Amino acid sequence: MKQTTLSGERSRKVILSVVLAVICIIYVLQVLTVVVNSFKQNTFVKSETFALPNGESWNGLGNFIKGMTFGNYPFWKSVVYSVVITLSSTFLILLFTSMAAWYIARVNSFFCKLIYFLCVFSMVVPFQMVMYTLSKTADGLHLNTPWSIPVVYLGFGAGLAIFMFVGFVKSIPIEIEESASIDGCGPIRIFFRIVLPMLKPTLISVGILEIMWVWNDYLLPYLVLDINEYRTIPIHIQYLKGSYGTVDLGATMALILLSIIPVIIFYLTCQKHIIKGVAAGAVKG
Amino acid sequence: MYLNPLKKLWKNPTRRWALLFLGPVVAAFAIGFVWPFVQGIWLSLCKFRLISDAKFIGLGNYIQALEDPSFRHAFWYTALFAVVSLVLINVLAFAVAYALTQGIKGSNLFRTVFFMPNLIGGIVLGYIWSMIFDGILSRFGTSILMETRYGFWGLIILMLWQQIGYMMIIYIAGLQSVPEDMLEAARIDGANRWQTLFRVTIPNVMPSITICTFLSLTNGFKLFDQNMALTAGQPFIIQSDGSAVKTTEMLALNIYNTFYGSSNTSPGVAQAKAVLFFVLVAALGLIQLSYTRKREVQQ
Repeated sequence: MKQTTLSGERSRKVILSVVLAVICIIYVLQVLTVVVNSFKQNTFVKSETFALPNGESWNGLGNFIKGMTFGNYPFWKSVVYSVVITLSSTFLILLFTSMAAWYIARVNSFFCKLIYFLCVFSMVVPFQMVMYTLSKTADGLHLNTPWSIPVVYLGFGAGLAIFMFVGFVKSIPIEIEESASIDGCGPIRIFFRIVLPMLKPTLISVGILEIMWVWNDYLLPYLVLDINEYRTIPIHIQYLKGSYGTVDLGATMALILLSIIPVIIFYLTCQKHIIKGVAAGAVKG
Repeated sequence: MYLNPLKKLWKNPTRRWALLFLGPVVAAFAIGFVWPFVQGIWLSLCKFRLISDAKFIGLGNYIQALEDPSFRHAFWYTALFAVVSLVLINVLAFAVAYALTQGIKGSNLFRTVFFMPNLIGGIVLGYIWSMIFDGILSRFGTSILMETRYGFWGLIILMLWQQIGYMMIIYIAGLQSVPEDMLEAARIDGANRWQTLFRVTIPNVMPSITICTFLSLTNGFKLFDQNMALTAGQPFIIQSDGSAVKTTEMLALNIYNTFYGSSNTSPGVAQAKAVLFFVLVAALGLIQLSYTRKREVQQ
C-alpha cells in the first residue's frame, strides 16, 4: 500500500516537472522570437514571424544599424540617459527616504505622522491623477533634464520606500541607538554608522524595486523630460515603433533585443536579491 | 516606554536635525506629489487652456466626463479586463507556486524563467507581443488591431505572461511560511491532498492572497504602457457625431488621450476624468483590502 502511494507521488512529480518544463520553453521561445526577428528584413517579420532567417530574409546587422541611428537620435544617448536617470534616482531615493524614515519612526511627532500618512496615501494614487500638473510643475522648476528628473522620482516614488523603511526601522531595538547616544554619538553618526548598516537588506529590496520601476518607466520621463533633447530607452523604442506609416519591425526588434540583454544579465546576476526584494516589498505592502 | 526619561533626552538632539533628515524628502514630495495632486483637484473644477488662466466652473467638467461615451466604454472595458485578469492571474500563479513548492527538480530554474518577463518594461512587452500575435493572426488574414476581442484576449495573455511570475513569488513566500506541523497534523488526521489544500494551506496563505488580489486588481485598472503598445485602442468605432470610440482603450489611456490627443476637449475634462479614476482605484483597493483581510487567520 505504501509502495503504491510512493510511486504515485513520484510519477505525479515527473508529470508536474514535464508540464512546467514545457511552459518554461514557451517563455524562452518568446525571447528567441525577438532574437530571430531582429536579424530579418522588415517585410519578413510580419509574414514569417516564426521562421528562422534564411538567405532571402537575412538582414545581418542592418536592423541594428537602422535602429541605433533612427530619427537622427543615436541610441547610445538613450542608453546613457536611462542609466544616469535610473542610478541617480535610485541613489537619491535610498539615501533620503531611509533618513526620513528613520526620523519618522524615531521622533514620531504629529508632523512625522502626517508625512507618513501622506506617503501611504500616495501609494494608491494612480499616475494619471497627477501627470498633467506634475509635468507642468516639473517644467516650471527646470526638472526636465536627466540630471534633475531624479527629484521628481524621489517625490513621486517616496511613498513605497518610506513605507518599507519605516516598517523595518520599527523592528530594530531602539536600545542600541540609545546607548550610542549616551556614549556621545550625535544623530548623524548614529544614523550613518549604526542604523544604515542594519538597514542593508531593506536597502537592497527597495533599490531593486526602484531600479525595476525607473528603468522601465515610460510615461513619467516622456511627459517630464524635454523630449527633443533627452529620450530614455522606452521612449526611443516607442518613437521607433509608434511613428505611424513607416514602422520597421525588424529595427524595432533589434533595439528591443539590445535593451533587454543588459536587463537579463542584471537579472541573472542579482536574481536572489531581486526575488527576495519583490517578496519583501509585497509582504510589507 | 513613554516614562523612559532617556528616550526624551535622546529624542531632543535628533529633533534639531529635522531639516537634514526630513527636508529633502518633504521638498521633493511636495513637488512630485502633494502640489500636483492639490492642483489637479483644483483644475478639475476649472475651465482652462493654460493653467495660468484657469476659471472656476464647478462640476461642469465632471458632467462632461461622465457623458463622454468613450470614457464610459473605457470604464466597462477596464472593469471587465481587471476582473478577468484578476481571476486568471491569481489562480494560475497560485497553481504554479503550489507546484514549485512540492520539491520537484528544477524548481529554481522554473522560478527564474517565470519571473523574467517582469524585468522587461510594459512598452517593450507590448511590442514583442504585438509582433507575435500578428505573426499568428496574419495567417488567417487578420490582425490584433482588427477586432476588439483579439485586443482584449491579447492583453490578457500579455498580462498573464508578465504577472504570473510576480504573483508566484509572493505566493511561494506565503506557501513556505505555512507551518509544517500543521500540514503534518492534517496528514496524520487522514486529510487528503485537496482537503489539506483548502482547509489548511489556503487559509494560511490568505495574507499573500490579499496582497496579490490587491496588486492584480489595481494593476489591471491602472494598466497603461501595455495597452498603448499592444493596440493603442484600435479598432475604432466612429460615432454619429464624428467622434471615435476606441474599443480597446482602457481608462488610463483614455485619460491620456483626452489630455494630449488631438481632440479639442479642455484639459479640465481630462483632469476630472483623472480624479474620478483616482477615486475609483483608491476605493476599489480599500474595499478589496478590507474584504480579504477579514479572511486572514491569526497565527
